[in-house]
Amino acid sequence: MADTIDRSGTPLVEMRDISIAFGGIKAVNHVSVDLFPGEVVGLLGHNGAGKSTLIKCLSGAYRMDAGEIFINGDKAAINNPRDARRYNIETIYQTLALADNLDAASNLFLGRELTTPVGLVDDARMEAETRQIMGRLNPNFQKFSAPVSALSGGQRQSVAIARAVYFNARILIMDEPTAALGPQETRMVADLIDELKRQGLGIFLIDHDVHQVKELCDRAAVMKNGELVGVVDVDSVSVDDILAMIIAGKKPQMAA
Amino acid sequence: MSDSPALPKAAPGMRNLARTLEIDTRLLGMIGAFIALCLVFHFLTDGRFLTPRNIFNLTIQTVSVGIMATGMVFVIVTRHIDLSVGSLLATCSAMMAMTQTLVTPEWLGLGLNHPLTAPAAIVVGLGTGIVIGAFHGWLIGYLGIPAFIVTLGGLLVWRNVAWYLTNGQTIGPLDGNFQLFGGIGGTLGETWSWVFGLICAAAALYAIWQSRRNKISHDFPVKPLWAEIALGALVTAAILGFIAILNAYQIPERRLERMFEARGEVLPEGFTAGYGLPISVLLLIAVAVTMTIIANRTRLGRYIFATGGNPDAAELSGINTRLLTVKVFIMMGILCAISAVVASSRQTFHSNDIGTLDELRVIAAAVIGGTALAGGVGTIYGAILGALIMQSLQSGMAMVGVDAPFQNIVVGTVLVVAVLIDTIYRKRTGD
Ligand SMILES: Nc1ncnc2c1ncn2[C@@H]1O[C@H](COP(=O)(O)OP(=O)(O)OP(=O)(O)O)[C@@H](O)[C@H]1O
Ligand SMILES: [Mg+2]
Repeated sequence: MADTIDRSGTPLVEMRDISIAFGGIKAVNHVSVDLFPGEVVGLLGHNGAGKSTLIKCLSGAYRMDAGEIFINGDKAAINNPRDARRYNIETIYQTLALADNLDAASNLFLGRELTTPVGLVDDARMEAETRQIMGRLNPNFQKFSAPVSALSGGQRQSVAIARAVYFNARILIMDEPTAALGPQETRMVADLIDELKRQGLGIFLIDHDVHQVKELCDRAAVMKNGELVGVVDVDSVSVDDILAMIIAGKKPQMAA
Repeated sequence: MSDSPALPKAAPGMRNLARTLEIDTRLLGMIGAFIALCLVFHFLTDGRFLTPRNIFNLTIQTVSVGIMATGMVFVIVTRHIDLSVGSLLATCSAMMAMTQTLVTPEWLGLGLNHPLTAPAAIVVGLGTGIVIGAFHGWLIGYLGIPAFIVTLGGLLVWRNVAWYLTNGQTIGPLDGNFQLFGGIGGTLGETWSWVFGLICAAAALYAIWQSRRNKISHDFPVKPLWAEIALGALVTAAILGFIAILNAYQIPERRLERMFEARGEVLPEGFTAGYGLPISVLLLIAVAVTMTIIANRTRLGRYIFATGGNPDAAELSGINTRLLTVKVFIMMGILCAISAVVASSRQTFHSNDIGTLDELRVIAAAVIGGTALAGGVGTIYGAILGALIMQSLQSGMAMVGVDAPFQNIVVGTVLVVAVLIDTIYRKRTGD
């Protein structure tokens, strides 16, 4: 998949020496990864390896204990999700982070509502925008007036994806975005990732499917027990090499 | 409160009709239950329940609890509770009573019934509500103390702060202008009531038309035109019917005589006048409209419901949920202050026991009105209907002559049964 990403310039995102602990558990322990424009970096690791925790430091959901984040080479202060949004970082959380009692449009625009000239929320316009983007992402989606609690797991995931894509992100974080999707919808997300990549976005993709990572990503970063095992160019390693990294924590000899 | 036994059987047809009209079936159920209740009491009291006089009294008795219930909806929607509203009302009432009987007439030397007295008292009351509400919200949102505990403490604290403010005395009579908010002491009269009713009807029709136009402009499906017209006609009839009933309650002749005497005139032979819309009810309507707009059409309202539905998602969407908690409790404080104006001016004095047990009535009204204690779900109109149902039950039983202890047994049972029916209803409709 790696059609020559230019990694000579400043990275879009550089996470340096990130650490965060919950009580005694070092969920992320001195991890450094970077991401270049137009690049997809896969994050892999066993359950509880610390993948979600790492990206939550970038999305502002958690405040890291130590480490630094650079966006376009400048040190970024990300203390809450609003800060992250200001840096054009959009996130699809593993838990989807939807308010179940609200409809798709309200969720899509949550925190960034469109308003009428007098400052009231413009539900009709938000629904129209939602219909438009959902038509692109998941044409089968029809339940626009139902609360998202009435949607299937995959439909909910589509709403979360639409929210991340709608606001012109430059950095996209996708935490297992296809976990609940059917084959056709998964295909559409893969196409979407390719398209966004071509537009120059940088994408962190967390996924347990090694084949999918090899197909969609340029590089793969593997974590184990909160530590970074290594970052490899997906084209220069085999599926078995990556599996060995995930399971045994062994970095292959010829890694990039 | 929703299903009368006949409803489920008639459901398919009824529900389709409701869907075409886009009326929520729970609202229909509640209105149905309310009408049934009224008819039963009307029958049991030999036709004394649904008279202009009793309907007038019912509405003014509902106002105080109804106003606070709208705020309780937001509190419960955000997964909190407020047990202190009755006590908070008492403290606001005490502050206002002291302002108008001691501060303005004596300290400021303005004398009795000065035109500035009532506004000054109301400002003091609102300020008190805002400060105490903000304090509650801060303890809950920023210090993380559960709302149940904070407001349970508040229940004891504010009741007795009120006691100390007045040295435990009854303070009255209150300022003449202030008493206009009490209900029967301040009504619009027939003409202005009609004017108000027509304005309301026009506003409602405009809102329906505007919403339809908006949908068409975005190519969304709209309901058939006949349904729209029927809904408009129904709403207009309800508003004007309500005004007509309130206007039909005649001011007694002796009172009219006194009113004319006060103006130095003599009551003309055969002159009659209706009370019309009480100012306190006008206040409730204004509160209901404002709170409904906040709930459905503002970011604040959107965030309140989002936070109730999934606090983590709200936080991750960049909503400051702590500050939101403070705002919700400030609104509750303001509404307690408004209720304090109505409640104290209705009894024409401030007393120590004012608002006692109101927290339970207010919570019950919100819950009967369909507010879910799990958070995220609730409507303003539901809470007001809930307050109306509770009040009708209470006054109806009093009119029938039910013993006071048994009245409370019935009200308590109704609360539990209403929530049970609502739970079953939600399971069946899946929302
Ligand atoms: N909020 C939290 N409080 C306490 N411990 C946490 C919290 N979040 C994560 N952890 C712990 O941190 C570790 C890493 O969790 P994380 O969610 O990052 O794993 P993951 O790699 O995303 O796993 P999965 O593949 O299952 O999603 C786990 O041991 C988890 O129990
Ligand atoms: Mg995870």
